[in-house]
Amino acid sequence: MPESQPPRFTLEQDGQLLKLSGDWTIEQDCPTFSALREQLSQVQPAAIACDTAALGEWDSALPAFLLQCHNYCSDSGIDFDTSALPEGASSLLKLATAVKPHKPPEEKPLSLAEMLDFRHRLEDAWEVVRDHLEFIGDATIALGKLLAGRANTRREDFLTFIHQSGPDAFGIVTLTAFLVGMILAYLGAAQLAQFGAQIYVADLVTIGMLREMGALMVAVVMAGRTGAAYAAQLGTMQTREEIDAIVTLGISPMEFLVLPRMVALVLIMPLLVLYANVVGIFGGAIVAAGLDVTLTQFSQQMTKVISFAHLGTGLLKSVFFGLLIAIAGCRAGIQCGRSSAAVGEAATKAVVTSIVYLIVADAAFNILFQELGI
Amino acid sequence: MNEKQVHIHIDHLTMAYGSNLIQKDLDFDIYRGDVFVIMGGSGCGKSTLLKHMIGLYPPSTGEILYEGESFNQANEQRQFEMRRGWGITYQTGGLFSAMTLAQNTALPLQQYTELSAAEIDDIVAYKLALVGLGGYQDYYPSEISGGMQKRAGLARAIALDPEILFFDEPSAGLDPISSQLLDELILEMQESLGATVIIVTHELASIFAIASNSVFLDAETKTMIDYGDPKVLRQQSEHEKVRKFLARGSTPSGDPA
Repeated sequence: MPESQPPRFTLEQDGQLLKLSGDWTIEQDCPTFSALREQLSQVQPAAIACDTAALGEWDSALPAFLLQCHNYCSDSGIDFDTSALPEGASSLLKLATAVKPHKPPEEKPLSLAEMLDFRHRLEDAWEVVRDHLEFIGDATIALGKLLAGRANTRREDFLTFIHQSGPDAFGIVTLTAFLVGMILAYLGAAQLAQFGAQIYVADLVTIGMLREMGALMVAVVMAGRTGAAYAAQLGTMQTREEIDAIVTLGISPMEFLVLPRMVALVLIMPLLVLYANVVGIFGGAIVAAGLDVTLTQFSQQMTKVISFAHLGTGLLKSVFFGLLIAIAGCRAGIQCGRSSAAVGEAATKAVVTSIVYLIVADAAFNILFQELGI
Repeated sequence: MNEKQVHIHIDHLTMAYGSNLIQKDLDFDIYRGDVFVIMGGSGCGKSTLLKHMIGLYPPSTGEILYEGESFNQANEQRQFEMRRGWGITYQTGGLFSAMTLAQNTALPLQQYTELSAAEIDDIVAYKLALVGLGGYQDYYPSEISGGMQKRAGLARAIALDPEILFFDEPSAGLDPISSQLLDELILEMQESLGATVIIVTHELASIFAIASNSVFLDAETKTMIDYGDPKVLRQQSEHEKVRKFLARGSTPSGDPA
């Protein structure tokens, strides 16, 4: 086997002859067209012919180079004669130049004034808000139809989603709630011990779980778990034209797809929160037992402080949280683009929007309860 | 060197998903430079055979030998080298939707070669021009039509000048003109690269236009029932099933596949 020669080109006869030599394969370090363009722009020949007498082996690297050369020549009115090329190379080049290259429409870069156009941005923001309101409105209408017994919602779907968001979430809810209960206890114990008031750890854990942490932690878990799943399911259905099929069958996607998911989550959330409260308080009690508050003392203290108001505020929140997670998830899914990348974006959007919703709603609830003195 | 060389040998291959048998006792040769068609009715395991050949599924029993070498027995390094010589297009394109056509086509070049970004750009421009998509570098797959996506898939498959080109239903979902153009393009690629082409299809027009050899897989007996040039099989196959399958193309009133 002969030693491979480095690929080279030289421009001779005032740029009229392009001499190619060596092995033009992609393993070699082939010259790029920019070097030839520089030389050509200096001599500006009227026509170029090729000389391939010294050309060795070649693969795609050669026609790739020649195609650039061809495009440059046809743009600047130079006659590019390819007759001397090896047969395979000239037929490949012919194939590559059979279709005129597509010229993408030019996009005007935005001017600074346009980029800073606040009116435009406000309009965009308003568009998003309107869109949300529209979605909520549609969902409400669909819910009304469901209550009137006229909605096109399948019972089996509903039960599947109950199962997915309820029993299937038990493990992760148990773990997070238990740990959050423990965290609350540790947090409080360190401070309360300074006043010798460790017993009030029970108050802290109970009220903390019931009013706040139970609902919020379950909601965060469900946003990541179920909200993202809803977005991914509906987004995939969108990419596979399933939602188009549903619409053209005369079925409302809102009733058929969104409603069962939403209702399932709204019904399941308070139950999960109730369960999380029990587990969380238990977790707190175990930590407290390690800090010289016995289980009996803890439970006595707990029954003193527990009240319907504490429990009710948490459960009320959880119903709203479930609604918000379902809305964020389903809306992201329904409005998903038609590529696989869009499904990923939809899932991310679902989680981020739900968590923002949750925090804002939680803050609003706390202000409201404070004002009402609950 | 007129004598045909065996490029790929399928050696008593049995394919199954768990206990669900797909095809058994497949035994045939694919010669170098052939345009080889794997045909058969829907659900007979054509695409599954292709997925076995490209090493996505391991055989239940039997072997697939590339120039006498088994892909499945080879070590990781050798598999990597063997894969470099394969170009594959998938039924639904298999283009990465988050990447532009240029990035899609550049990926195999970045994976397997040490080329600089400028060299890759030149080769990508050339490959896209070859499939008639010059100037579409910065488009995303979702912004172009289905036929263009198939051609873009081909551009990615031929990025590394493969020795073997695999096509899974290349013309599915294309209009007759686009599908004919794609057939011509496949033939051009085969000639210029000197590659062996393996196509899964049940489009008769395609089969007769480009195939030089074929195998017919039967869904009922779960094995291959015929092997040979489809133009010959249409007239002379011993199996009525094969003749019927291939004759449908000549009756213009026949249902489209």
